[in-house]
Amino acid sequence: MSKTKSHVATNVNGNAVEFLCEPQQTLLDVLRDELDLTGSKEGCSSGDCGACSVILDGRLVCACLVLAVETNGHRIETIEGMAEGDSLHPLQQKFLEHSALQCGICTPGFLIAAKALLDIDPDPTETQVRYWLAGNLCRCTGYDKIVRAVLDAAAEMRAN
Amino acid sequence: MADNAKSASQSNVHKWVGTRQVRPDGVDKVTGRASFGADLHAPNMLFGKVLRSPHPHARIVFIDTSKAEALEGVKAVVTKDDICDLPSEMVPAGEMMVNYRDITRNVMAREKVLYEGHALAAVAATSESIARKALSLIEVEYELLPHVIDVMDAMKADAPLLHEDMITAGVEPAPEKPSNVAKRVEFSQGDLEAGFAEADVIVEREFYTHPVHQGYIEPHACLANVAKDGKAELWCTTQGHFVVRGHCAKLLGMDISKLRVTASEIGGGFGGKTVVYLEPVALALSRKSGQPVKMVMTREEVFRATGPTSGAHLKIKMGVTKDGRITAADGLFHYQAGAFPGSPVQLGCMCAFAPYDLEHVRTVGYDVVVNRPKVAAYRAPGAPIAEYGAECVVDELAKKIGMDPLDLRLKNAAKEGTQTVYGPKLGPVGLVECLEAAKAHPHYKAPLGENQGRGVASGFWFNIGGESCATLNLSEDGSAHLVIGTPDIGGSRASLCQMAAEELGIHLDQVHPIIGDTASLGYTFLTGGSRATFATGMAVIEAARDVIDKMRERVAKTWDIPVDAVVWEHGYARPASSNAGAFEPLSMAEIAAMANKTGGPLVGHAAINAQGAGPSFGVHIVDVDVDTDTGHVKILRYTAIQDAGKAIHPCFVEGQMQGGAVQGIGWALNEEYIYGNDGRLQNPGFLDYRIPVCSDVPMIDTVIVEVPNPTHRYGVRGVGETPIIPPMAAIANAIEQATGIRFNELPMSPPKVLAAIEASKAPVADAAE
Repeated sequence: MSKTKSHVATNVNGNAVEFLCEPQQTLLDVLRDELDLTGSKEGCSSGDCGACSVILDGRLVCACLVLAVETNGHRIETIEGMAEGDSLHPLQQKFLEHSALQCGICTPGFLIAAKALLDIDPDPTETQVRYWLAGNLCRCTGYDKIVRAVLDAAAEMRAN
Repeated sequence: MADNAKSASQSNVHKWVGTRQVRPDGVDKVTGRASFGADLHAPNMLFGKVLRSPHPHARIVFIDTSKAEALEGVKAVVTKDDICDLPSEMVPAGEMMVNYRDITRNVMAREKVLYEGHALAAVAATSESIARKALSLIEVEYELLPHVIDVMDAMKADAPLLHEDMITAGVEPAPEKPSNVAKRVEFSQGDLEAGFAEADVIVEREFYTHPVHQGYIEPHACLANVAKDGKAELWCTTQGHFVVRGHCAKLLGMDISKLRVTASEIGGGFGGKTVVYLEPVALALSRKSGQPVKMVMTREEVFRATGPTSGAHLKIKMGVTKDGRITAADGLFHYQAGAFPGSPVQLGCMCAFAPYDLEHVRTVGYDVVVNRPKVAAYRAPGAPIAEYGAECVVDELAKKIGMDPLDLRLKNAAKEGTQTVYGPKLGPVGLVECLEAAKAHPHYKAPLGENQGRGVASGFWFNIGGESCATLNLSEDGSAHLVIGTPDIGGSRASLCQMAAEELGIHLDQVHPIIGDTASLGYTFLTGGSRATFATGMAVIEAARDVIDKMRERVAKTWDIPVDAVVWEHGYARPASSNAGAFEPLSMAEIAAMANKTGGPLVGHAAINAQGAGPSFGVHIVDVDVDTDTGHVKILRYTAIQDAGKAIHPCFVEGQMQGGAVQGIGWALNEEYIYGNDGRLQNPGFLDYRIPVCSDVPMIDTVIVEVPNPTHRYGVRGVGETPIIPPMAAIANAIEQATGIRFNELPMSPPKVLAAIEASKAPVADAAE
């Protein structure tokens, strides 16, 4: 089968990254299968579960709904870039302290989605957090501890 | 019992048990480093895809795979011929039983396809897109057969038969003709007729529920690698890799010793990952191609081809005296099993009235096959359906005699010594304590507005024990690696490490857990039945005591005193008394450092079959607001109360209660499998099969009650399953209070609620039409 692969140059988590991809490959396919960044998870491939949430030029997107070729020249933030060296992002720390994860498969997506929220609104209400995170499915926690962790992280980030 | 509960919850004499610690695998899971089922790649790996039936019921006339095999990039194609045909043999799977004859047919259809999505061939190719293309080249000729989807239709005399030789078990004399009824079960005690004769009020109601899916966010995934000499490795997302090993070896005719299964991190299971789907197929493809094969289901495949729990029809009849004594309870349950026998109807029959101390009880259940995917365990399998009906009827009884629904439950509550309909008398249980906590909770007294209602319901689940092994390997620095065999589905590593640290008397950071593969640890039954913290916990405690005894022996040798004269306290070996001699206490680190000189490596081990699981009761309170214009039911406030026995890690106990409650909210209000007349599932995705999202629910308040389970060192019962039982009835009861309408079918979705509200408002003449 002969196919023309496209050359794509992006920035992933602050690093210049180049890859070749087929036209039908999604950003999620490339992150996971070509770049070995498996922190973004595939739960549905239809944009319903948010497990593949990444930040594309500052905007929260489902990587399964973005074609890899579309990311040429753009900046991508994934869960692998969230901690700085050994120090966890306050959201990551609060998720641990609140036990806001059980199985953990949705956790990277929730963390990225929550970060995207706090990037634009450092002081969200509980209702704002709940509606912002409504695109991320969690089947284990009932969301209680996730919401508390996000609100707690926001408070800590405002204090610092 | 109440005093026990108080003393257990008020004074925490432990350093680690009962505290809220960061889980040992936490950093991996918040940084994306944790490796789940689909995260592993292998060199030279192929991608496997499954061909699935588009028909709900058809005879397979022939399958021609030659064109697919000829496609460039295709390395193997398998069908039923590559999987063993097995005779009937029942084996345990969680709390349920499975039959090898059926598993092999579910994994790969043989004579017939029995539901839309039933696997009948699979391909391994060098890319996923080639594999998909190859599937389209497989030619199948079907002889279409009439299908049946509804459980009551399937029981009719003229219903299409799924299994032409199936004779109903549990009926004497055995029926002569085959049917779709696999089994009849009955449990009874007392004299039902006499019981109902004593009643002042009798309520009899019918209920319907639809199948709901476990809805784990991680689709099934695995990576199989079979070497030329027949040795095989399998990586998969599962609740029990030892169980997977057994199933796969059986289905593939392999020596069990040649298959090593490693459990990946698991992205949710709730019972749905206790059986095999892709795993034997991937092994068959790898065996045939000689290359590693990775398989990952799409979400659509998860919905169409993996186990939801049963839909059901049930009839509940209960009687009560004016002063609130429940005199008799009678339940009839028809559960869909899916395409093969094995619904959780028996468990439903055992649980239905378990929250009550009753003299006269009968439950009768029917296990019925239909052209739907075979059901799998789902969190307290069978119980939520049966107890939903019973808890609605109890609510109605309370209303009819003018009694508070919690008071009626308290008056009849199951307690220590209660004779259960399924056999044993209950040991110490915490239902009364839960009901009292509910009554005392501010939530129960909070004011309600217009179109708002409050409901309560109880839940009962057995919990199980079973086989668990644990090994504690001491390192030279005195830290310990804890090897366990129950995959960590919701934080069990944390609670198990806390128990190990508590026993050893060392800092929690010194205990490093690992989920051992099937070659590294003795047989360990799966994570299910709320057993991991209970049963594996018991193994961990025994392993810790084993290594403590060994350390005491080493120290006794060093000090040249009898081993009895050495005690273990807070992580140190000490002389038992001044009579034993004056020795400086030795720490675990010091003892580990001199291990080579005192007899070699220090390892503690335990291999047990844990008995004495403690049932867990729960009581939920919910407030709803019903939008009379749209039929939408909003959950305003929710409180979950449960007897945990002992909460080793309270956060994760609360998490189980909250997560179970919200799954129940989904079951109550939105979730259902929707089939067309063509027998095809119409909502196989998260957009149309709508599980609760963050904005659908409020905070879920929790109250942990602790009535210790006497068989466990710390009193653990197991908590994972009970919380999904009360929500459906509690919400139905709340909606009834808000609207005056009793809903007898789940889910209580906006269209149904709106239609009922409009019908209730309509003039009588219209309503009769």
